[in-house]
Amino acid sequence: MREKILTFIEKNSRVDLHDLAVLLGVDEQMVINELEAMEAEHVICGYHTLIDWDKTDVEKVTAMIEVRVTPQRDMGFDKVAERIYNYPEVNSVYLISGGFDLMVTLEGKTLRDISTFVTDKLSTLDSVLSTKTNFILKKYKDHGTVMAETSKDERIFMTP
Amino acid sequence: MRNPLNEKITAIKPSGIRKFFDIVSEMDDAISLGVGEPDFDTPWHIRDEGIYTLEKGRTFYTSNAGLKELRIEIAKYLDRRFHLQYDPLKEILITVGGSEGIDNAFRAMLDPGDEVLIPQPSYVSYEPCCILAGGVPVIIELQEENQFRLTAEELEAAITPKTKMLVLPYPNNPTGAVMEKSDLQAIAQVVIDHDLYVLSDEIYAELCYLEEHTSIASLPGMKERTVVINGFSKSHAMTGWRLGYACGPQIIMDQILKIHQFAIMCAPTNSQYAAVEAMRNGDEDVAMMREQYNQRRRFLIHEFERMGLKCFEPFGAFYIFPSIKEFGMTSDEFATRLLREEKVAVVPGTAFGDCGEGFLRISYAYSLENLKIALGRLEQFITKLRAEAEQR
Repeated sequence: MREKILTFIEKNSRVDLHDLAVLLGVDEQMVINELEAMEAEHVICGYHTLIDWDKTDVEKVTAMIEVRVTPQRDMGFDKVAERIYNYPEVNSVYLISGGFDLMVTLEGKTLRDISTFVTDKLSTLDSVLSTKTNFILKKYKDHGTVMAETSKDERIFMTP
Repeated sequence: MRNPLNEKITAIKPSGIRKFFDIVSEMDDAISLGVGEPDFDTPWHIRDEGIYTLEKGRTFYTSNAGLKELRIEIAKYLDRRFHLQYDPLKEILITVGGSEGIDNAFRAMLDPGDEVLIPQPSYVSYEPCCILAGGVPVIIELQEENQFRLTAEELEAAITPKTKMLVLPYPNNPTGAVMEKSDLQAIAQVVIDHDLYVLSDEIYAELCYLEEHTSIASLPGMKERTVVINGFSKSHAMTGWRLGYACGPQIIMDQILKIHQFAIMCAPTNSQYAAVEAMRNGDEDVAMMREQYNQRRRFLIHEFERMGLKCFEPFGAFYIFPSIKEFGMTSDEFATRLLREEKVAVVPGTAFGDCGEGFLRISYAYSLENLKIALGRLEQFITKLRAEAEQR
């Protein structure tokens, strides 16, 4: 049941809980209990909104920064990841297999914000060996959702 | 001038839903619950395969029976999903949608005067195709109190010495009814006792919400008496690709193949390659869509209960078949007024046989948001009707 609830709310966390119970064919109180339990266990870590900022007047620059680091004894990559993710301007930090170690996404108002962060904060960390900053030019799809306008229903109005 | 037309086709009534198109064409904000096809796009990996085969220039005819590769994949699929064993080289034919298979089976199996039992309400093409093939349709009117399942008693009562074949349309369009294994066992016994054949239209087999679909052909003694019709339209959201298949004993399939060979040549090559991909890697897509339909199904049942609209719980396809008998109108009147006054299109039950009178077919092949808006309008409409009735 947890998996079904999570699969649903991952796409639509604003669903009315009564409706959700009906859709999944279970008792509403059970849905509420499961959600509370999963929040307490931090299975559910937050409820966010997917926004296409490009359609607003707000100026935003997003960068994906590939970071190579030296892992630390007993801590591996966790310690250096923590140093990085504690910066509020950092959106996400992933440990990555392959040619580099950490993928850091970062949001700023301007290019200068990003470059300041990289040169002043990120590169100066002891364990950071190198960085490579990639700016996002256009977001086509995010969290499984295509950002472009959805296509309209082209089916014939009535068919047997 | 001589009459250019064939008597049989002239006598067949055109589909009853045409007039709704005329009404809709004058509206700009009508919403529909009248569609008989999935709202999902064909899964991307299947479309991608279609594109890829076009790029490779695979644009020639396939063999009449269809790509061998596809028939082998279908045989594996039928075994893994429904415990049906067919020889891909002799017992499976790829058709242009399930519809072609229905038509060909009638034409291959019926002689003039042979009676065909057709349970209704059911899909619109069985009766005309049977007539065009020279058969005599005998309608079995299914009952709501049986959840529109066919019972052995109903079947037994309709059999005459001329009866040759039974059409078994489950999971059912338009009622959403299913036949469980125990129901089918009772039917199979009657079929065997009276030496009948079965045309089992299982196009909605993947959309069962109670227990896994059972094919009557998987029951003992039934494979040699059954032609199974299936396809990709509903299960893999591939209606426009026009691809289905028919399976049955070789003695029947050999003749069906001849009709297909002369009338059609082969099913679209591009669609066949895409379908190979659907068979190999599509099971998860099917499960995802089934789960979504099931959620909407629960939602509709719940809403109808809340509105006090009488409805049995359907466990198959993507239709729900509520009764509107309390309003004292025909299905056609109700559907016409609902469209004119609240701009919601539904199909009157009578489009699927006279015994569909008093019912509506509502499709849930729509997003939840769309369903909510439409149900809001439907509720407004029935509230108005009930108020009118009280004033009288």
